[in-house]
Amino acid sequence: MTISQIIFLVVAGFTLASALMVVTTRNLIHAALFLVATLFGVAVVYAILQAGFLAVVQVVIYIGAIAILFIFAVMLTRRDMRDRGPQMNRMQWIGALLALLIFIGLSFLLSSWDGYSAVAQEMPADFDTMGRLGEALVSPDAYLLPFEVASVLLLAALVGAVYVAYTRR
Amino acid sequence: MIPISWYLTLSAALFSIGLFGVLTRRNAIAILLGIELMLNAVNVNLAAFWRYGDVNQITGQIFAIIVFAVAAAEVAVGLALVISVYRKKNTVIAEEIDLMKW
Repeated sequence: MTISQIIFLVVAGFTLASALMVVTTRNLIHAALFLVATLFGVAVVYAILQAGFLAVVQVVIYIGAIAILFIFAVMLTRRDMRDRGPQMNRMQWIGALLALLIFIGLSFLLSSWDGYSAVAQEMPADFDTMGRLGEALVSPDAYLLPFEVASVLLLAALVGAVYVAYTRR
Repeated sequence: MIPISWYLTLSAALFSIGLFGVLTRRNAIAILLGIELMLNAVNVNLAAFWRYGDVNQITGQIFAIIVFAVAAAEVAVGLALVISVYRKKNTVIAEEIDLMKW
């Protein structure tokens, strides 16, 4: 057991424990804060994977924007969320069983794959992840079109969100 | 070194937890929280396959960035819908939003 494996296990345990709290806790504000903890754990997993840009984007966009948006939405709908009946619907045991079955099925499927216990190649010392990523995003030979489509999608989503949530007086 | 199976198992577990949340929570905002967990599980998989495959193929990270953008769009529209429904019907419980159910 090397030091990196121990770090990974600690981070993974923290992430999964927070994720479980997200789906089980009663108070939705707490669920949103546990979501922040989960997202932070995933950011650390990106850092362990040497995907530094993804780790930073995870913290800035997910924690800085999406989680805050969730907290705002919870506060705007606050009256309903507290102690009004059960937090789970009647299907909770079937849902738990289904989730467990999917996890077992995925694990079984993955364990029959050849590369299941592959370890990573050493990263080339002069590998410029950020530079490669930036070039790939704006190069017409690579991913310029998905990048532009994503920006149009974001614009459309923001206009749509403003329109849907707007109150007409 | 960490074998790729650890990342894949973490991602499968995160996905299942998110799925459980989506299937069982009654509050519409909590359902969206579950969807976020599932999207994050997918992103962990994409980053792991990038790192354990050919590092020069940057596609895994690009795909993860596109997933970030789609997740942000989904949350913005989803929460706007929830708030709009809350204003009109004064509820965020998914079962009570049954206008289109027959």
